Amino acid sequence: MILTNIDSVPGKKIVEHYGIVAGSTIRAKHIGKDIAASLKNIVGGEIKGYTELLQESRTQATERMVKQAEQLGANAVINVRYATSAVTQGAAELFVYGTAVRVA
Amino acid sequence: MEMLEAILQNINVATILVLFTLGYIAGTIAEKVHYKSIKQREKDLLNLPAITSKELVDREKIKNAALVDGSVVISQDYFKRFLASLRNIFGGEIASYETLLDRGRREAILRMKEEAKKLGATMIINMRVETSSIGMRAKGSIGSIEVYAYGTAVEIHP
Repeated sequence: MILTNIDSVPGKKIVEHYGIVAGSTIRAKHIGKDIAASLKNIVGGEIKGYTELLQESRTQATERMVKQAEQLGANAVINVRYATSAVTQGAAELFVYGTAVRVA
Repeated sequence: MEMLEAILQNINVATILVLFTLGYIAGTIAEKVHYKSIKQREKDLLNLPAITSKELVDREKIKNAALVDGSVVISQDYFKRFLASLRNIFGGEIASYETLLDRGRREAILRMKEEAKKLGATMIINMRVETSSIGMRAKGSIGSIEVYAYGTAVEIHP
């Protein structure tokens, strides 16, 4: 599966178009990580626990999108976009969408 | 009873003072170290440019396109957050938060570039940067922010 965020796959031709595919996940914070983060908030700097958490969630959302594209018979997703939104206090939704295509 | 109350109040004041000094010293040192590392890594990655355009490059020369990304969650120290809350009363520029956002963005872009370098890419096209605030306690507080940078890493063959 090839992913790009431009409107083509360079060097290849789009032969079929399958429409929009999307994947999303909603994650809440872990209480242990939350305590560590609030301590880190005193001195400032990177909160590694959160960086990893969000990165993991994004990977999961992307995997879901890729799975959907595979079911349609696509072998690439172009024009991929990421979006983040806060759903409730302490939880975030990570959303990824793109256009599933078949390239050759 | 009165004495106990006085002691308790003093403890509160002392805690805040300790948090201030700790936040100020540790925060300042951390920022300096971080900027030094950012500048060094930016210099090392100068030969791998990231551009926001997707039409600048001749598409026929491109090989191996892949999505790359980098992210960072970064938080402000206690002292600077207090300064910013004071600024909110009088309004105006909050210089202490500018460095936080600047550090976050540059770090995220650097991580994206490092990933692209591992793939053997020579350029990143159509780069996008997204910033979201992660509220810790109160609503709307920007205690920490998340910066996410992504783009298409490409290999260009002349």
